[in-house]
Amino acid sequence: MTTTAAPARTLPRFGGFNPAMIGLELRRMARNRRTVIFTFIMPAVFFLLFGTSGDYKTERLGDGNVTGYILVSMAVYGAMLATTSGGAMVSIERAAGWSRQLRLTPLRPIAYIAVKLALAMIIGAVSVGVVFVVGAFSGAQLPASAWVFCGLLAWACALVFAAFGLFMGYLLPSENVMQILGPVLAVLSFAGGLFVPLDQFGSTFAAIAKFTPVYGVGEIARYPLTHDGNLGLAVLNVVLWTALFAAGAMWRFRRATARV
Amino acid sequence: MTLTTALDTAAVDLSGVVKRYGAVTAVDGVSLCIRPGEVVALLGPNGAGKTTTVDMLLGLQQPDRGTVEVYGRAPHDAVALGLVSAVMQTGGLLKDYTVEETVRLTAVLFGKPRTAVGQAIERAGLTDVAGRLVGKCSGGQQQRLRFAMALLPDPELLILDEPTTGMDVAGRHEFWSAIRDDARRGRTVIFATHYLEEADAYADRVVFVRRGRIVADGTAAEVKALASGRTVRATLPGAVEADLAAIAGVDRAEVRGDTVFLHGNDSDGIARHLLTRTAARDLEITSRNLEDAFLALTADEEPPK
Repeated sequence: MTTTAAPARTLPRFGGFNPAMIGLELRRMARNRRTVIFTFIMPAVFFLLFGTSGDYKTERLGDGNVTGYILVSMAVYGAMLATTSGGAMVSIERAAGWSRQLRLTPLRPIAYIAVKLALAMIIGAVSVGVVFVVGAFSGAQLPASAWVFCGLLAWACALVFAAFGLFMGYLLPSENVMQILGPVLAVLSFAGGLFVPLDQFGSTFAAIAKFTPVYGVGEIARYPLTHDGNLGLAVLNVVLWTALFAAGAMWRFRRATARV
Repeated sequence: MTLTTALDTAAVDLSGVVKRYGAVTAVDGVSLCIRPGEVVALLGPNGAGKTTTVDMLLGLQQPDRGTVEVYGRAPHDAVALGLVSAVMQTGGLLKDYTVEETVRLTAVLFGKPRTAVGQAIERAGLTDVAGRLVGKCSGGQQQRLRFAMALLPDPELLILDEPTTGMDVAGRHEFWSAIRDDARRGRTVIFATHYLEEADAYADRVVFVRRGRIVADGTAAEVKALASGRTVRATLPGAVEADLAAIAGVDRAEVRGDTVFLHGNDSDGIARHLLTRTAARDLEITSRNLEDAFLALTADEEPPK
């Protein structure tokens, strides 16, 4: 009899987390017209609609103009939408049974989450980039350092919404989870002072607003421009909401992987 | 010459496996050993526990009692190493990937080179539709895509769970010819099915499952033997089973009240004996086919005492 040498079988490194998978996932996302419109085009359009009136371009604010201020807010909004939808992809994939299929590969569940987070942050960066490029050609004025740091902070702080998206993705096993989360994010953006500055609210509402999850991100992202507001409170806000959403996502994730 | 351990280790070793969902016992004490290279059909009606058994083999479910080993390892480890892969019944595909991308993603996860992608696509007969979005593929094409994905790690054991459900006749035929070509290379194959003809045509060994238990286990030939022969039924008060079994040509005798059932190949001889040597009346001769054997073994009512 003959025996063929069995190929050596090894496990992939990093539990299966790898750039090639992220590349394929990005390609798939770019194919989804709704994702592209909502995460890349809509925030830029909102900026053009709400941030580029003549007054805003001439009115100074911090080291830039009001258009620049609104630009940063819309970049935060874009990053938020992008990271949330990135995280919420798990919902669609669970509904399709894809998560179960992935369990038949060496990809470890935690590596799957890492891929989704990386993906969320990549499209978050693209969304911020698109808004900023549109802003640069539409009259937004920011000091050079603010272009860099506002952008980076808007992007980095959107991690809280990647965690939010994951949590909701595991919580809501729906094919169109973003149809629920889109309006939720819009409401949170109003409540967090992203669309309308908090000082235009009544004092009670403004006080409540500081406890909502969008408030901290907006304050931090605009700080390099405004050098204004309570940065400590904003950081606390982001840290606590990130911890809460991450804990929620972990809780649902454990239940999901236990049951498949 | 030394044999590799793979030849000594059972491909699958289930021992006293029990799986419950609340009050329902889906798998009720299954012990099963499958040798490398066997092509085994898990045959049974819907709800017999086939899918639960398959899930446990793949580490998707944990048994409540008993042990499951695949090539001497915990199922989940065997899956991660690519020793075992599966074609599942439904779902499990993303509509907005193309066929080629889906296979490529699987290759990436298993650390296989790009060349393996083309090979798997070709062997699953998907070359023509490689660039098509999965959502635009027919059920049969999607199932062959699952097959291509399952082939990528070059598994020792391939598990198919109701692989042809929802396929038309042509799709079913194409799917099985792809599987049959593949099994010739010596892969161990376990497939769950409730199609009798599939078990008969493609399996070396058939394991009948009913209500979470194995009720019969034998070669395909033995399965056919179960199906051969005829049954002579007659009314014969006071009959004793041992006497009836002693009649020439009777393989098996049953007495249920005043009715006797005699199974055997020479039904004419049995009938002649009953009519001439006993007080039997109301004779009826029926032939048993594979379907009857299947129904008898897997029917959902309690077997006669």
